[in-house]
Amino acid sequence: MTMPSIPPSNGAAEFGSALLDPEAGTPDGLIGPDGLHAPKRFNVYRNNVIVSLCEALGETFPAIKSLLGDDYFNALARAFVARHPPQSPVLMWYGAEFAGFVDAFPPLESYPYLADVARLEWHWLQAYHAADKTPMDPGVLGGIAPEEVGAVRFEAHPATALVISRWPVLDLVRVNRFEPEANLEISLQEPQSVLMTRPELDVDLYLLRPGGDIFLKALSSGETLGEAAARAQAEFAEFSLSDCLSDCLSSGAFTGVEIDR
Amino acid sequence: MLSDPAQNKSSRVEAAILARAGAGLKPEHIAEILETRADIGFFEVHAENYMGAGGMPHRQLEDIRKDYPVSLHGVGLSIGGETALDKAHLQRLAELNKRYEPGLFSEHLAWSTHDTTYFNDLLPVPYDQATLDRVCDHIDEVQDVVGRRMLLENPSTYIAFERSTMSELDFLKAIARRTGCGLLLDVNNVHVSCTNHERSAEDYLSEFPMAEVGEIHLGGHAPDMDDAGRPLLIDAHDREVDEAVWALYEQVIAHVGPVPTLVEWDNDIPAWPVLLKEAQAADQILARHRSANYRQAV
Repeated sequence: MTMPSIPPSNGAAEFGSALLDPEAGTPDGLIGPDGLHAPKRFNVYRNNVIVSLCEALGETFPAIKSLLGDDYFNALARAFVARHPPQSPVLMWYGAEFAGFVDAFPPLESYPYLADVARLEWHWLQAYHAADKTPMDPGVLGGIAPEEVGAVRFEAHPATALVISRWPVLDLVRVNRFEPEANLEISLQEPQSVLMTRPELDVDLYLLRPGGDIFLKALSSGETLGEAAARAQAEFAEFSLSDCLSDCLSSGAFTGVEIDR
Repeated sequence: MLSDPAQNKSSRVEAAILARAGAGLKPEHIAEILETRADIGFFEVHAENYMGAGGMPHRQLEDIRKDYPVSLHGVGLSIGGETALDKAHLQRLAELNKRYEPGLFSEHLAWSTHDTTYFNDLLPVPYDQATLDRVCDHIDEVQDVVGRRMLLENPSTYIAFERSTMSELDFLKAIARRTGCGLLLDVNNVHVSCTNHERSAEDYLSEFPMAEVGEIHLGGHAPDMDDAGRPLLIDAHDREVDEAVWALYEQVIAHVGPVPTLVEWDNDIPAWPVLLKEAQAADQILARHRSANYRQAV
């Protein structure tokens, strides 16, 4: 009887899990020049891993870091890294679960807006690296027969994202990230929903008019212009289709249209 | 409007990297580099920073690539890993090679991924037969998929493995012989590892297979202490190149002649002129040892 061949292990599993667990000891078989066990030497790796990943998260979520302060942020980031270590060597894709983690982090439950700020920052980074594509000419819509306009579906730019929030998420990221000098009075009572896109190289953020979030969410889920407008109007009587549509078109959030016939 | 990738290639300088000094490319330096038309041999980028689909990083790298040759340096492939190479990641490396036509392409003798978890550090491997076989298989796969010879960088290490059965030098020589890959000689890593393991850096360098060296790295390290209070150097890339490393570098260049040389500075990044000055210091050493046999890139 032959045994199945087991690929020889260099102990990476034990080495790796000890890196992420400060309570774990030092794996066996690691030595200094005297041949003795060398926990402090192993801790150089442990420190490199944790600190570099916390720094990466700090670069992705600078507004969260500014809101919480460096010490709190680093403690939060450490807890996140231990629970959700990266699954790819491309760190621009690391942190997708961070907003959800913040939302469910019991010590932060009295700061419910933080998760939406994290969500906006996550989408910002994805928009920054999204594929290049030329936005549609807003005039295209004018060339469509009036009876067909309601049946138009929009194709979103790869960088387009929508952040719907019950909190002043745009003001919070402006003050804590993009415009630290801005003298903004932030009212936590003011819900803000944000349209994000990147027609060329810079990521643009737009505060949506009332009902705009419902409208854009419907459009991005594939509804026609007519369906999306009706939905926004039904939920929000003052919804202005022409204003909202012209904002979206001039932002460059769409790259093209198709018409249901 | 957006640039046309097909048109980009014709407006670029030659891809080949001459035996001059280069610097690690940092986004915060790019505007000044282009404005001042910095006189420098090449720029090296970390491949993983250019794996997004589009946007500013690609535009900036294309702008640099128009005026300078570029070296592509992977930091996340985990060639020393126990698990199989990440096929999607390898494909991305191949695409970047095609897109930017880098004059040099390198990765590390280290691991950073196990199963699917990525540790974002260059972790050490034991020098034994099983690891050697695995590393060689991985390098064969890389050279096959990317379609070119790669350079493998000697590591900075802080610990040794009890189970190692050969020296780092024998391990590197065997890899180069079996896979045909070239070597990236990081002189700072030699100084760091030799100090940390109480070996002689001069001896290490005198036995290094210099014929396979296609590029040299220089960088700064941070001093620390180990469990027994012995000096422990950390490969921090956060300061100027140490005097001891400059001295070793000059010995290498005096011995083998000019080789493309990169100065790395990845943390506490200084103003551009400070990094340029480091590269110029390397260039001066290269110039001192330039002879009639001006050595082209490998």
